[in-house]
Amino acid sequence: MKLDQAVHMAESGDRLSFTAAKVLHEEADLLTLGQLAGTARFRINPDPVVTYAVDRNINYTNICTAGCHFCAFWRAGSHTEAYVLDDEALAKKLEETKALGGTHVLFQGGLNPDLDMEWHQDRIRLVRSFGLNLHGYSPPEIHFFARRFGLRIEDVLVRFIEAGLSSIPGGGAEILSDRVRRIVSPGKATSREWLEVMEAAHRLGLKTSATMMFGHIETVAERLLHLVRIRRLQDKTGGFTSFIPWPYQPGPHTINGRPAGGTEYLRVTALSRLVLDNVRHVQASWVTQGPRIGQVALFFGTDDLGSTMIEENVVAAAGVSHRLSREEMVRLIETAGFEARQRNNVHERVEGTA
Amino acid sequence: MTAWSLGEGTLDSFPSRLLDPALVRIAEKSAAGERLDLADGLACLQTSDLLGLGSSALAARRARYGNKAFYVINHHLNYTNICTNACRFCAFHRSPGSPEGYVLSPDEAAAKIAGAPLELKEIHLVGAVNPDLDFSYFLNLLKAVKSAAPRANLKAFTAVEIDYIARRGSISWEECLSALKEAGLSALTGGGAEVFSERVRAELFPTKISADTWLAVHDTAHRLGIGTNATLLFGHIETLTERVEHLLRLRDQQDRSGGFQAFIPLVFHPGNTRLAHLAGPTGVEILKLIATARLILDNIPHIKAYWVMLGTKTAQTALHFGADDFEGTIVQENITHEAGATTSTGLDRREIEQLIIDAGFKPVERDTFHRTVPSL
Repeated sequence: MKLDQAVHMAESGDRLSFTAAKVLHEEADLLTLGQLAGTARFRINPDPVVTYAVDRNINYTNICTAGCHFCAFWRAGSHTEAYVLDDEALAKKLEETKALGGTHVLFQGGLNPDLDMEWHQDRIRLVRSFGLNLHGYSPPEIHFFARRFGLRIEDVLVRFIEAGLSSIPGGGAEILSDRVRRIVSPGKATSREWLEVMEAAHRLGLKTSATMMFGHIETVAERLLHLVRIRRLQDKTGGFTSFIPWPYQPGPHTINGRPAGGTEYLRVTALSRLVLDNVRHVQASWVTQGPRIGQVALFFGTDDLGSTMIEENVVAAAGVSHRLSREEMVRLIETAGFEARQRNNVHERVEGTA
Repeated sequence: MTAWSLGEGTLDSFPSRLLDPALVRIAEKSAAGERLDLADGLACLQTSDLLGLGSSALAARRARYGNKAFYVINHHLNYTNICTNACRFCAFHRSPGSPEGYVLSPDEAAAKIAGAPLELKEIHLVGAVNPDLDFSYFLNLLKAVKSAAPRANLKAFTAVEIDYIARRGSISWEECLSALKEAGLSALTGGGAEVFSERVRAELFPTKISADTWLAVHDTAHRLGIGTNATLLFGHIETLTERVEHLLRLRDQQDRSGGFQAFIPLVFHPGNTRLAHLAGPTGVEILKLIATARLILDNIPHIKAYWVMLGTKTAQTALHFGADDFEGTIVQENITHEAGATTSTGLDRREIEQLIIDAGFKPVERDTFHRTVPSL
């Protein structure tokens, strides 16, 4: 397929084929991709509004048996820095989040074999008791609990829903290619298992996000296959609310790599918007890109600037640490020419706020 | 509601879509060889169509340089931080008598360069207005640094310093520049311009030389065959109009004397300054300024994306918005890091080339005169 054919396909709003996406990825100019993605963004989200959330990423434990090679956050149970968050510390974090106008917490942790279902259900109930939504337990965690405790995926989800689980974050997706996963995250759920958890969650009425961590050992074709797999599941269930791509950040003791640069990030973000015609929102990653490129991404297909992240530990462990207050977030959105609106974990508008 | 630009000289096969009618008019003007004016510049800075603006600037950039992005193997040296100007936007200066003040003797400055790799092509030497330095210091400084790296070109001093050095020697700018040239000076740096607006000057740097003086010093340098750069420090208290007027004044000067080689937008960093309550420009503002500069400064060859201040990711992106130069290896950047820059203080050749390649351009090494350095 020639480049102009791929561009015309993207412009038309018809579903972008794998081949067309590959041609665009490899040959289209940055600004061309951005303009195509911008058109798609406004076709799907016509209002010049950019949403954001006030929340906190709470990692209930860093003890993890998966041992993914790109991760600088995990610790073995015997390590001096290993921890499990106790209720007092957790309650303090929840209070602070509420005081800052937060709507929810992102609740994730390492695959820790010593925490049982009761423990998790109690924690979910604790978060709920503060009037906060719990956006928690990525598919690898759910899959891990099912295996560990001899439950079906659905059983784990139903118990968590009963305890108050509100939505599921799209983490642990990395690249949905088993060739890649066998090398970078062999101790974690496979692509099929990740998708199965999401499908089960959607069928139980849970909304979820989806992510992609790119820029390590994956090929272009594998990146695009990742997007196509998300798109295919979305056709079936419609449960993904948003998609967040970001580049791998090499850190201490992780696989070597040069983090993908600013333009590569913008290209992949734009392509994501073009391929995922059935996912409503695409989120910019200021956490990995910083506020400047995070804001510029608003012109490359994104309509959401993510969360103010009162706390963030995982990417920070790899040595990448940016911070944004609500005021700075709103300023970035407004100076880019958009209206800022606060949302919660399921992309509902938060009334009475900007 | 969209219109297509007349993308001249672009390598892209697609006309670019311009969503803002003002940008369409600007593209038509450019295609007809008409210069942009204040209203055009403002329209660029105020547009909601960032990518449309970028594509016009990209076309102008590609018409000159195709897919090349330039960088230089250089070393930044600051001979003193003791300064009587005490500009409110500056975190680098120290008052005379401050325990953190320093002066490098000519030998100390030379020692910082000695042992520099043979491939070093340029030394960027700036300091401050230090009341204790006499004329002979500056001559000796240049001579010492030049001897330490004879193959490197000396890009030294801002117009502010030239004016000061001339006064110390009780000579004219012309005599001063000639003497410095003899001692090894190849080019002037672009700093000290800040914003040409009198309003901003009165508020932020009242004791510094005026815009007229800054431009006159550069005029003198150009007439002596000394190439210079030009800067704009933006994202503090200046208005959009003041930004554009600054660019127009540079363009006028270039029409008169023709010696500006590169324009470098400088991103204001508030840390440790007396303007620390300000936020500095956003990524979108930075890209808009780069693009607007490329379109307005039709007579200045190069637009630089100074990675220290932009950050490497924004600098890579800026190459698509009109910038063609990535600045250099630098080695030890101090001035912006005092004000809170979080970038490295230097990059090596391999890193710079990789950043440029990852951004989709072809890295080309250049020297101080923007001549291509032949690869080995």
